[in-house]
Amino acid sequence: MKPTDPSITWLEEKPLGLAERLYLPLFIQGLTVTARHLVSPKVTVSFPEQRPTVGNPLIYRGVHRLNRDPEGRVKCVACFLCATACPAHCIDIVATESPWPDREKYPESFQIDELRCIFCGMCEEACPVDAIELTSLLDLTGKSREEMIFDKEKLLSVYDMTKDAEPMKSASLGGTL
Amino acid sequence: MPVVIVDGQEIEIGADERLNCIEAARRAGREIPHYCWHAGLTVVASCRMCLIETGQRDAATGKVTMVPKLVPGCQTPVRDGTVIVTESEKVKESRARVEEALLIDHPIDCPICDKAGECLLQDYHFEHGQAERRADIHPFTSRKRDVGPTVTLFVDRCIMCTRCVRFTREVSGTGELMVTSRGAKEEIDVFPGFPLDNKLAGNVVDLCPVGALGDKDFLYQQRVWFLKREANVCGGCSAGCSIHTEHNQDTVYRLKPRENPHVNRWWICDDGRYGWHHLHDDARILAAGRRLAPVGQTGRHAGNGQAAAAFQPVEWADVVTGLRADLARAGHLAVAVSPMLTVEEAWMLCAVARSIDPQAYLALGHVPVVGDDETFPGGFTIRAEKCPNRRGVEEVLAVYGAGGHGWDDLLAQVASGTVAAAWITAAYPPPAGDAADQHRADPAVSWIDEATAATFAGLQTLVVQDLFESPLSEVATWRLPAAGFAERAGTWINVAHHAQTFRQAIRPPAGVWPEGRLFWNMLGRRGLHDPVAVRRQLAESSATFAALAGDVPATGVDLRVRQLA
Repeated sequence: MKPTDPSITWLEEKPLGLAERLYLPLFIQGLTVTARHLVSPKVTVSFPEQRPTVGNPLIYRGVHRLNRDPEGRVKCVACFLCATACPAHCIDIVATESPWPDREKYPESFQIDELRCIFCGMCEEACPVDAIELTSLLDLTGKSREEMIFDKEKLLSVYDMTKDAEPMKSASLGGTL
Repeated sequence: MPVVIVDGQEIEIGADERLNCIEAARRAGREIPHYCWHAGLTVVASCRMCLIETGQRDAATGKVTMVPKLVPGCQTPVRDGTVIVTESEKVKESRARVEEALLIDHPIDCPICDKAGECLLQDYHFEHGQAERRADIHPFTSRKRDVGPTVTLFVDRCIMCTRCVRFTREVSGTGELMVTSRGAKEEIDVFPGFPLDNKLAGNVVDLCPVGALGDKDFLYQQRVWFLKREANVCGGCSAGCSIHTEHNQDTVYRLKPRENPHVNRWWICDDGRYGWHHLHDDARILAAGRRLAPVGQTGRHAGNGQAAAAFQPVEWADVVTGLRADLARAGHLAVAVSPMLTVEEAWMLCAVARSIDPQAYLALGHVPVVGDDETFPGGFTIRAEKCPNRRGVEEVLAVYGAGGHGWDDLLAQVASGTVAAAWITAAYPPPAGDAADQHRADPAVSWIDEATAATFAGLQTLVVQDLFESPLSEVATWRLPAAGFAERAGTWINVAHHAQTFRQAIRPPAGVWPEGRLFWNMLGRRGLHDPVAVRRQLAESSATFAALAGDVPATGVDLRVRQLA
């Protein structure tokens, strides 16, 4: 489409009126906004002494966890779809044949580089078995870069830690592929 | 010329060509979906995916008479006036029904199926199938069956196209696979005690249009959409099969055959297919080194660790100058040009050698031969000569007036004491292991024995360029790393004088220069190592290689044919 296309309506900036040109009315308008915020209730919390409240844990995107199936095994089937969907390339999986008869393959190693992660939630979207989920844990700190690469055991322990407060998001689907 | 009408488009075919509707439609740019048909196998027309409408145009009146029912395109030959309709409502409806029937009994476990991403069932269902599932059964079982040392069968994913069964009967001639039971209970199986164990077994995995046959070597290793592919040539034997090297982040994950009617058609053998593991072997020589103390003082046979300590690492820039100086100082030079090198590398090596010593003795390197040529009923031959470029190196040596000089001649020269220095290029991959362990060859088994290597011990300077340690590298003054087959670029000429040009698929490990790069720098040429420039120059200067002057087609050129023309 060209700028001269007749279907485009071009708007012109309105010329300043008398009140704008006098400056003082707008100045008072600005001061009013500042004054209103001075007396309104505070939303800032003193983190970390004070914990912020997470609105809806179902849609909050915090630290990842790897869910367990009812038998306590890792639910992941090592399909690499999260690693494929990940725009930050922070997921590294090594797949191998599973030791269980009802499952074909499982992750021998599953690593998420939490420092590379941008917490977009695409891995959660992509997962066909709801094995990877983002919890509402938001204070993610570590003393070294190595510590921030979460391996399978650590991600499973996040699940053990959060499963009571945050049940599996789609528990009804259950089962594995 | 006969004319075929594909969806209203008239295309001419050769007068003596025998094409079926799928092939004719492909010429017109129309893809007729098919599972069971494969150009290299007999036609069974069992999958019904290629059903199309056909008819015949009357040559005199131009009136078209259509066949009332759909016919399988794979089984219907075309002739002058044949009318093919590939996109009518009737055809589309038929394809959707075939897809639906196939998926009724298919465990839709694409996320854990290794074929996902290159699966015809996925592709065709996306293109021709319907979105909703009307069947209320969910047979999500996935039974696994071990059919051979290299192949696993996922029974429930199979769509019974029987390509694999026909392959073992017609091409490998071994007939291990068969169809058991009838109707909806049909399954692929092997007889008890007769596993799918032949040198071409891996091809059934490539043939399988779905994820039913899995290659144990590749299973669960990588999803196919992560792989990048480079058109390459197999270096396993002198047949020089066209392959695709599939890799990711400089790691090869699998080799696949590349269709080439002049060389390997659609197949490759398992020796070649699994013959890439040595590329990523820890035992490879990864740095250029020069011997610290003379041979003998460090103990030649002291084992791998101590032998390695006897070499001091050398920067490649110093190798380029130091090697030339050392060889020039030593005197009469003998050079073994390995049949693993490309034509370009061989040519540059000869030029380097003659620039150091104008009288340098050039000879073909050791040619590994294992057993006899093995030909299968389908016409595929595995050559006994386990190197890809003997012909090419011989032709290059002929250019330098050293035609006919072989490895034994070079050994005789060394034994007679007339040479003071030798430069042995090797780059031999370890020989393929026995059938039980053909995946991983043993790098400890060397191409040269201790006694032969000992004859080189008296030389003033011995340069050995190889992938792995060998008895010869233990007596070397210079030990240089070599590149594996996927790490080189250039031209190989196979046993039938067919030249194929290929590019580098993966970068060699850090610290390794492919041979060509060293020769390029030793010749003092400017810029980056450019095998294409070398090839053009070689083609201009030599009538033998004239056919390589321009861009070489992906399927290669026959050097002899162009010479006659």
